[in-house]
Amino acid sequence: MSDYLLLMVSAILINNILLAKFLGNCPFLGTSKRMDTAMGMAMAVVFVLTLSGVITWLVQYYVLIPLNIEYLQTIFFILVIAFLVQFVEIVLQKTAPALFRALGIYLPLITTNCAVLGVAIININEEFGFFKTMFYSFSSAVGFGLALVLFAGIRERFALVRIPKPLDGTAIGLITAGLMALAFSGFAGLV
Amino acid sequence: MAFGKEFTKGFWDLLPPFRLVLGLCPTLAVTTSAENGLGMGLAVTFVLVCANCIISLIRKVIPSKVRVAAFIVIAASFVVITELVMKAYFYSLSTLLGIFIPLIVVNCIILGRAEAFASKRGVIDSLADGLGIGLGFTVSLTVLGCIREILGYGAIFGHNIMWESFRPFSFMVKPPGAFVCLGLLLALINFISMRQKAR
Repeated sequence: MSDYLLLMVSAILINNILLAKFLGNCPFLGTSKRMDTAMGMAMAVVFVLTLSGVITWLVQYYVLIPLNIEYLQTIFFILVIAFLVQFVEIVLQKTAPALFRALGIYLPLITTNCAVLGVAIININEEFGFFKTMFYSFSSAVGFGLALVLFAGIRERFALVRIPKPLDGTAIGLITAGLMALAFSGFAGLV
Repeated sequence: MAFGKEFTKGFWDLLPPFRLVLGLCPTLAVTTSAENGLGMGLAVTFVLVCANCIISLIRKVIPSKVRVAAFIVIAASFVVITELVMKAYFYSLSTLLGIFIPLIVVNCIILGRAEAFASKRGVIDSLADGLGIGLGFTVSLTVLGCIREILGYGAIFGHNIMWESFRPFSFMVKPPGAFVCLGLLLALINFISMRQKAR
């Protein structure tokens, strides 16, 4: 059990997928201008990433390895993810319209969120078992959500301060993210 | 003429990742040294050029409803080729770039150019566009890699160039340094283009 707890703390705080592994930076900078979009994106990512982590693991061990076509991993995984995102979209629309309205516009964006494919590949490279995969996918997604929501909180305040013109927009966002990454690297001794 | 124009716009007007703020993940992750930046840039260029050409060739056959899926499959095929070639001939580089090679598939630059350019224009223009944007990306990554490598290790392409008592800022090659360095470089480019516009 403590094994799983350590994995979780490490995935959320120390090896944060956004700030230490650099996965999923495009939506990080794109959807963090307002708190509500950041929340929507964070929730959509937690949902899809956990599901896709588990399904790609099953695809790897029950389809690719038995058929001896591991070299097609990239193509298979991205297709599975694209299919899954579309599927989740349709299912949510029919069964949970309220949730669909909240996550709706963020779902298609997730297909090209490299955190999703990245975590799927990390799960395989680290040779995690089934439950570890589930756990790791979920905690990385929570780490992503945490960093995104915190960052949006900081970024909302930019509206109130004077920023030098050339730094305005993405540039100041990147520097802020750098400072946040520095703060997160303070957790390094935790595990 | 048109070829030249489509080619050169990638070096300034649409210079990724500064003008087109796309493809940030590999930019931040692999630019710990100039060599990694160059390798990543060339891999992206290869995939971008091939994907652009193929997409442009079959753009009239792809139904518009499934075009994104089709683009992804085309890009993914070339990424697999790149992955296998790099593992075979540039093994050490491929271990350094790690999962960022398969992640070229979801690099927004590839899909962005496919959607915005290759799916509407002819093959020659798309080739020029892919080559220009790809090489622009390569130059950006190499420059960023050089800056971080010089400040972080005191070296360039693995050769020591700084004086003996130079103390490297290890901050620059760590993740936070990547964000700050890219942010400052972006601000510099914004500043230059603002000055140009004002003139």
